Amino acid sequence: MKYVFIIVLFSVFSCKNEKKDSPLALADTGIISSQITQLEVYDFNKLEPYLNKKDDKTYVINFWATWCAPCVKELPYYEKLNAAYSKQNVEVILVSLDFPRQYDSKLKPFISKKNIKSKVIALNDVDSNRWIPLVNEEWTGAIPATLIYNKDKRQFYEQSFEYEALETQLKQFLK
Amino acid sequence: MKTLKTLLTLIAIFSLTSFTSINGDKGYEIGDIATDFKLQNVDGKIISLSDYKDAKGFIVIFTCNTCPYAKAYEDRIIKLDKKYADKGYPVIAIMPNNPNVQPGDNMDAMKSNAKKKGFTFPYLMDEGQKIYPQYGATKTPHIYVLQKTKKGNEVKYIGAIDDNFQDENAVNTRYVENAVDALLTGKEIKDTKTKAIGCSIKV
Repeated sequence: MKYVFIIVLFSVFSCKNEKKDSPLALADTGIISSQITQLEVYDFNKLEPYLNKKDDKTYVINFWATWCAPCVKELPYYEKLNAAYSKQNVEVILVSLDFPRQYDSKLKPFISKKNIKSKVIALNDVDSNRWIPLVNEEWTGAIPATLIYNKDKRQFYEQSFEYEALETQLKQFLK
Repeated sequence: MKTLKTLLTLIAIFSLTSFTSINGDKGYEIGDIATDFKLQNVDGKIISLSDYKDAKGFIVIFTCNTCPYAKAYEDRIIKLDKKYADKGYPVIAIMPNNPNVQPGDNMDAMKSNAKKKGFTFPYLMDEGQKIYPQYGATKTPHIYVLQKTKKGNEVKYIGAIDDNFQDENAVNTRYVENAVDALLTGKEIKDTKTKAIGCSIKV
């Protein structure tokens, strides 16, 4: 059922937005999209399948939050990557670590204002000592952090990216 | 037989190389001796761990003004100091961010935050950002519990304060308190390393 909403959301956004080819400019366009009212909020058990899919796609999972300045800075690169590589079976999923009390005041308005098209999942699971190592043993817990994987390969990055560097990493999964 | 020898040699080489590569530049592991420092406090004084003649150890906390996770823990950090300073484990807070990148963490902002919150412990600027990389801190807040030994200040615990940043009342495990309590009673620390989400240190 929740997928229906996402599909609807995608179609609404894509209608409004079909002429733009540079997601980098999204923030400045001034397009007012109606604010989203729903958000997929998962605990880690519900998120985990998204980190371990065995299909033919390559997944780019970015851990971020609206309060994390370097995350917000690089978010357009993930949006651009999602748009540029969707035909090559790449899917970007943005896992937000925003505080639940700020879902309505910060996260939802941010998603609407920035016209985010990648799938956003809000992870609400306080027991980070349990789930951080399940994402990657080496992760100390700092964000931004990114997991790129497909059924053959996975790589974890506890760092910020510029677009070119992110694209270079992704390409290693597409050979 | 020859193959076996080659195999054993290879295994030996592999284990050697993997051992040497473990520590690298990743900072301290449990049991390492932590460096002392001379860093400026919000009151203008220069603070070193060696100033604390009577301390049994330290709760060193890399934290800042601007990170929401750090903010969420400010009151709990004050409580830690109030509870453990008199028992010999004072809190020493160090602000690791580059204030040119994160102006909200400059010395003036640190001073006003320390005053506003009523910090009972030193809040030090990691001038030049030279100390946090030696510890291996990657985020705020990031906690190192040290115990004073003959060798120096030995790292006994690395990680989070507790297991619920959102709600102090819903905390199940108080990692730092458990670690310090264990040190005070001569017991073994159950969780010596824990992980939590935090804000990356701004360089």
